[in-house]
Amino acid sequence: MSKLTAWERMELIRQKERPTVRDYIPVVFDEFFEMHGDRLYGDDHAIVGGIGVLDGTPVTVIGQLKGKTIEENKHANFAMAHPEGYRKALRLMRQAEKFHRPVLCFIDTPGAFCGVEAEERGQGEAIAKNLFELMRLKTPVISVVLGEGGSGGALGLGVCDRLAMLENAVYSVISPRGCASILWKDASKEKEAANVLKITAEDLQEFGVCDDILAEPTGGAHKQPELMAQTLRDYLIHTVGVLRDWDEQELLDARYHKFRKIGEFSEE
Amino acid sequence: MWEELFQKVKTRLDIEDTSEGKAKKISIPSDLLFKCPRCQQVALMEEFTAGGKVCKSCGYHARLSARERLELTVDNETFKEYDTLMKSRNPIDFPGYEEKVKELQKKTGLSDAVVTGECEIMGEQCVVAVMDSRFMMASMGSVVGEKITRAFERATEKRLPVVIFTSSGGARMQEGILSLMQMAKTSGACARHSDAGLLYITVLTDPTTGGVTASFAMLGDIIIAEPKVLVGFAGRRVIEGTIKQRLPDDFQSAEFLMEHGFVDMIVERREMRRTLADLIRLHGAGKAGGFDE
Repeated sequence: MSKLTAWERMELIRQKERPTVRDYIPVVFDEFFEMHGDRLYGDDHAIVGGIGVLDGTPVTVIGQLKGKTIEENKHANFAMAHPEGYRKALRLMRQAEKFHRPVLCFIDTPGAFCGVEAEERGQGEAIAKNLFELMRLKTPVISVVLGEGGSGGALGLGVCDRLAMLENAVYSVISPRGCASILWKDASKEKEAANVLKITAEDLQEFGVCDDILAEPTGGAHKQPELMAQTLRDYLIHTVGVLRDWDEQELLDARYHKFRKIGEFSEE
Repeated sequence: MWEELFQKVKTRLDIEDTSEGKAKKISIPSDLLFKCPRCQQVALMEEFTAGGKVCKSCGYHARLSARERLELTVDNETFKEYDTLMKSRNPIDFPGYEEKVKELQKKTGLSDAVVTGECEIMGEQCVVAVMDSRFMMASMGSVVGEKITRAFERATEKRLPVVIFTSSGGARMQEGILSLMQMAKTSGACARHSDAGLLYITVLTDPTTGGVTASFAMLGDIIIAEPKVLVGFAGRRVIEGTIKQRLPDDFQSAEFLMEHGFVDMIVERREMRRTLADLIRLHGAGKAGGFDE
């Protein structure tokens, strides 16, 4: 397992060679049909969605898309979705439920977009609704954090039966930069904040948030993207196979209790 | 400590006194005055408090403590508080967190940022939760998440409606990822309460932001807001930093949210009790068993 600190992992996942959901899709799925739009407002390019075929099984694929070039990033808004992105995801999740397809979510975002239009169109409501609906979606949901799991924007695709993280991925309630500026009134101390916040895959496994850690090739996923994609594929085939056998109510109860038990407090 | 005392005396507000026909400046210690954060108008603290902490000039409904809110809302001696002993730990060993919590417990008399329990509002039985922004901006960590979740679970079991007065700065940074997961946990409990066919009313109070907006605050069957309060997902300064320009004053106000379709009704404080009781009654929800009994 990785010996890197939280901050070193953040530097690693921010490299522009880091594979994105677009790189994984062609290897993980035998076929992929991309679908667009939330049927309410528009199509958010920060979220890729569609139907994939995983080892012969149709699945619904939803992922946050980072770009590799400035143009790609501008197009995908640096993987920061607007409300229509979360609503597009929800539309595809409901479609998956109707046709009994497992839902596979790929998380990779600095956070939900913070802007005037996002507020006007109800960013908070869009995320809240996803948490609410995912909690009772009658089909298996598997989420994988590919790189950056940024706060509520990540959680909007992260209420699931199994949460996996790539070895160097991080998942945090607040960006280390934001934490540093609140805590020390100095955003440049993000390195220290990253190490304080406990955001690595191992940290999250200890807290019972992350179920499985997927090993990255030596030096990180970008060194051997094909190998990483293969690991991801094997994991998803196995996990979909396990969850498909579950009874619907059993699955929903287990999902509820997975989150229900998270929290630390005393009652003396 | 002494410095703080002097600080308090030093912060005075200058107001124009026009009572004798000509303007002259008088200086009054700031804790005797209320300066409205919305319209900047100044009023005597005594008058402001007597008026239910509502700005006389613009109608802004200022923050209340959980106790003040309960006193205004629930019927006398009907409130039975839940989980009074629940306190936070320091799960990620966040520097200074325990001290900060202890200090606030002492200062506010609260164990954490939310008070939950069962009560009657004008005779209508319900489960109520009130967030208190004096406690770390009512941010949601494990305790807030657990108490809200238990409130929904108990209401589901007893088939009671839930009324939550929200106010929050969002997820509590000091408990790391555990705080983020409280958003999922509370939304899940809310979904189960909803699936049982039970009523949930949200009352958005000043300010409701971040992870609380993006979870149970926006999930009410009916969403009410107090006038002029601030409700949003992202902080105003964060957005201004992104777009590099100043936002209009009414941005993220209750009125802004209603205009964009995210709030059912804006209700003044003095009407709130009546409105809640009426809505609960309309759903046949406040008596165990509803219309059938």
